[in-house]
Amino acid sequence: MAKSITHEFVKGLWEEVPPFRLVLGLCPVLGVTTKMQYGIGMGLATTFVLVCSNILVSMLRKAIPAKVRIACFIIIIATFVTLVELLMQAFAYPLFLQLGIFIPLIVVNCIVLGRAEAFASKNGIFLSVADGLGIGIGFTLSLAALGALREILGAGTLTLWEGIELVNLLHVFPGFHPFKFMVQAPGAFVCLGIMLCFMNMVGKK
Amino acid sequence: MGDYFVLIISCIFVNNILLAQFLGNCPFFGTSKKMETAVGMAMAVIFVLVMAGVITWMIYHFLLVNLGLTYLRTIAFILVIASLVQFVEMFLKKSIPALYAGLGIFLPLITTNCAVFGACVINIDKEYSFMQALVASFSYAVGFGLALILFAGVRERILLARVPRPLQDTSIALVTAGIISLSFYAFKGMV
Repeated sequence: MAKSITHEFVKGLWEEVPPFRLVLGLCPVLGVTTKMQYGIGMGLATTFVLVCSNILVSMLRKAIPAKVRIACFIIIIATFVTLVELLMQAFAYPLFLQLGIFIPLIVVNCIVLGRAEAFASKNGIFLSVADGLGIGIGFTLSLAALGALREILGAGTLTLWEGIELVNLLHVFPGFHPFKFMVQAPGAFVCLGIMLCFMNMVGKK
Repeated sequence: MGDYFVLIISCIFVNNILLAQFLGNCPFFGTSKKMETAVGMAMAVIFVLVMAGVITWMIYHFLLVNLGLTYLRTIAFILVIASLVQFVEMFLKKSIPALYAGLGIFLPLITTNCAVFGACVINIDKEYSFMQALVASFSYAVGFGLALILFAGVRERILLARVPRPLQDTSIALVTAGIISLSFYAFKGMV
């Protein structure tokens, strides 16, 4: 079966969407989603690294010896992560401070290495770009969804980007008490677990 | 001495690397289905994290800072950890085969364990001295092992329980982790 670019792109959005379908790369998922905005920022940074490393790995796939491929992939990924780190320091400093350690941690995000190993090292450049974009956008959407759920329950607000507030429940319902548990560490696990449960309910017929 | 005591408590319980900082969650869920694998992973992490913490601290302060290359930290650290893991694996295979057989498959997995990489980065970010970095690395690793083994114990019991279909496997594991995390949260007032 010939692989089409659209198929590779779309599968990342539902069929193989991380972190739900592929339970990989959980650390940033749990760590940064106290606000929707941080989830989106983290997702975009990861998407950038994913697409760039997919391109480079796929270009070099015939040149990299099979025995040292993992080390080569890690160096390629680390290069782009450093790039993102420096770019964010220059253009999105407040977000960089909030995401903190999770930006350098993209290096050890299993999703990025997993796609390089499982897909980009075996396929052409265009397919790899489509795959990287699909998985990246799927990851961003999942992070945004989890972030939105936690933020609306835990703080009563929904922030799309720095200063752009979509909803503020505190204004709509003056008596609303935020459920603080959700934005704290234990809430992250429980929230993701429940979301996964709903995904399973929808996914299985 | 008191400072170190506070550091140890805060690294093991309050800022537990798995449950409060969310680092190293892939092996947390991946290896906690059986007690045996959980213990193996915990030992391997303690072993590697202490070495990695000390070596990356030295590389950062003696090499990168002196050469003005601190922006290469990410690349340098991941290379150090990857080669360290490889080296430890070869060394154990040759000289301590019993330990190698025990840790075996868990060693290579550690290269992509964010707990190790994360702890090394935290040591630098918090500007720890050498001794502090050493103590903190060890305490983080112990905290990792403690949480992982506790979690594996609970998960083994869950296998016997009747769980609703959609909640099975990872989903119930996440909720369980949340509850364990809540119990670690109780230490928050201590430090």
